[in-house]
Amino acid sequence: MHDKQVRRRRAVLALLVGISLILLTAYFGESPSSPLHNVQRGIVEVLSPVQQGASTVLSPVKDVAGWFSDTLNAKSQRDQLRKQVDNLTKEVDLYRQQATITEQLEKQIKLDNSNSINTYQPVAADVIGRDPTLWYQTITIDKGSDDGVGFNDPVTGYGALVGKVTTVDPTVSIVTLITDHTFGVAAEVLDAGGDTGILVPAVGNPNQLLLQDLPGHAPIQPGLPVVAAGFQDGSLSSLYPAGIPIGQVGNFNTNELLSNQQVPVTPQADLRHLSVVQVLTRLSNNTARAQVGP
Amino acid sequence: MKAHMKLVWRLVALALLTVVVQESAVSQISIFGVSADLTPLVVMSVGLLAGSMPGAIMGFGTGLLVDTVLVQTLGVTSLLYIPIGYWAGRLREVRDPAHGLIPLVAGAAATAFVGLGMTVIQFLLGVESPVSLLLVQQIFITVLVNTLIALPVYALVRKVVAPALPDDPRRRRRRAYTTGGLSPLQQPSKRLGHMTRGS
Repeated sequence: MHDKQVRRRRAVLALLVGISLILLTAYFGESPSSPLHNVQRGIVEVLSPVQQGASTVLSPVKDVAGWFSDTLNAKSQRDQLRKQVDNLTKEVDLYRQQATITEQLEKQIKLDNSNSINTYQPVAADVIGRDPTLWYQTITIDKGSDDGVGFNDPVTGYGALVGKVTTVDPTVSIVTLITDHTFGVAAEVLDAGGDTGILVPAVGNPNQLLLQDLPGHAPIQPGLPVVAAGFQDGSLSSLYPAGIPIGQVGNFNTNELLSNQQVPVTPQADLRHLSVVQVLTRLSNNTARAQVGP
Repeated sequence: MKAHMKLVWRLVALALLTVVVQESAVSQISIFGVSADLTPLVVMSVGLLAGSMPGAIMGFGTGLLVDTVLVQTLGVTSLLYIPIGYWAGRLREVRDPAHGLIPLVAGAAATAFVGLGMTVIQFLLGVESPVSLLLVQQIFITVLVNTLIALPVYALVRKVVAPALPDDPRRRRRRAYTTGGLSPLQQPSKRLGHMTRGS
């Protein structure tokens, strides 16, 4: 009797592990339109109203916890922000002047602005789910294809790029954040030379990105803003509009830039506390779009 | 059979509720830069209360639900949660620990196992993952946060699951002590029968 119980227990354990391994192997090798992915999306679609409801019902709890967390960090943030405001006020005056000149010059040379941020229609969405681990950097939002959201649409939060839409259902979408290992974006440092590189996540560190493939002698300083470079080549254009803020260059050793041609970048958006985001949907979608590989 | 189905339904509802609450609320609350993870704690609690087989099945189901809701690679989380439920159940079956802080220790172990296990699986699946100090630090803080909430989570799970269990461990222990069943050494007269001085 005891032996029978032991055998049954071991058989169930082996069966469960076996099913997990089969699912893992099948899912890993399948395309996003495969039956397993479709079933998964169907279940997400069914559960999304429940998640939305739970998110709304539990929002007071989240707010209270967020209030405690914010209060603990408020003092250091205040000092930091005061310094930032001083610096930014000076910069704004300079940029306003430059923007006027740029606008005039663009008109004179008839510059192609079809990939600028103005060609996108922002759709506001609430974050209704979040992956808690360091590995899967995704969030679930309460807007889908019914609201005009499309696959690969850029997503912004706190005024900066936070990710792109990777799964779209009629009423809900999954956003992969810029700290996911699959992410890569052509980015530009707003230094004197406007040096561009490829921005990839520092995997295992959700608070940092790496701007790679920079010129070794680029005049880059910590604190300089980093924006999406955007590109357009015939009918092929970047997934992300040019000029969309991403973050700031972090502290680095000059030797790191010389030897590895890379600098750390701190994301502007607080990716751990996103509650509302904007999906930049395309008004006219007659061009093919591409992302730089990590 | 009816009691058995009652337990199954309660476990299904518990898994659904846990995953929805975790993804909709708990994961959006940041404590020292990390979020608590209720799911391994619930699986561990079910294992401790119901045994190895229900624990392993609960681990499989909850893991599958987490992977589905987050549109992740199916099977990864299940693979990590099955051993948690199974080992917690085996702990109950083999040792039957009576100490009130057992869920706390088991919760810490389960969370650490998930953190380290996920690192290994991601590495095997091809994610370039330098073992950064921050990663180790975040796993450590998550273990601490989960340890703090392990006891309340266990108490809640016990409240849900215990009425449907065929044999409540606490009730069984209490009965064992009052009837002198656990150790015959405690009541030698009963074990050896009636003995006279001369015999």
